[in-house]
Amino acid sequence: MEQRQMQMLREIQQLEFAAVELNLFLDTHPRDREPLNDLKTVVDRLHQLKEQYEGMCGPLTVQGFTPESYPWRWVEGPWPWEMVY
Amino acid sequence: MWIYEKKLEYPVRVYKTDPRMARFLSAQYGGPDSELSAGVRYLTQRYTMPTNKAKALLTDIGTEELAHWEIIATMIYQLVKDLSPEQMIREGLGAHFAEHDRAVYPADAAGVPWTAAYIQATGDPVTDLHEDMAAEQKARTTYEHLIRMTDDPGIKDTLRFLREREVVHFQRFGEALNDVQEELTRKKIF
Repeated sequence: MEQRQMQMLREIQQLEFAAVELNLFLDTHPRDREPLNDLKTVVDRLHQLKEQYEGMCGPLTVQGFTPESYPWRWVEGPWPWEMVY
Repeated sequence: MWIYEKKLEYPVRVYKTDPRMARFLSAQYGGPDSELSAGVRYLTQRYTMPTNKAKALLTDIGTEELAHWEIIATMIYQLVKDLSPEQMIREGLGAHFAEHDRAVYPADAAGVPWTAAYIQATGDPVTDLHEDMAAEQKARTTYEHLIRMTDDPGIKDTLRFLREREVVHFQRFGEALNDVQEELTRKKIF
């Protein structure tokens, strides 16, 4: 995996982690506005980044951003346990 | 239902200076206080929680624990993948090689296979949430043991992340417990 792709993946991981943290906090504080707004900001940025990343490296989820591209890229490696950071 | 995302929640950097750790890391892959126990426990208890907040929290933390389970598997997989059988024997992984080659397997650090006896779902949400808080403390402590056992900076970094998550989960379960107790009190009064 190229340097640039790895940098994007790292940014996606960091943002998604922020989303998970906010998600768990909102589960026990569903009426707090600030974390909800923060989550929206994070998710919007994540969508942008994932679209770019998936265009280059194939889908992150089976539905992905480009399900119609040929051939079926979901099967491609590297798989997460094979990646060297 | 579950959707799988093809990435780790946090990176795994194994410098491969400490292959013995593969055996000890099994504690968090298939041991009593492992990520597997946590994931199965929370995803099982959620069905009989009385509040939406508790159902959501147990679902979401349970799901995150499976992502952690994957991280531990990745560390073990990368530590052993290039070892010869002789090296595995030398690093205390001989018994593992005999039965599993370089495969990852859900057992504890001594090779005892994972069992549902490690978890409970009592049907009493106050009891279950207390178990969950205790589970997070046990996992935190186990991570602290593991961090002390290695000098591999990559492994230490990932273990510190996982340890920090246990602390946050404990906090959230405490909040869910308060919420459940309030709800149960409210039901009694009215």
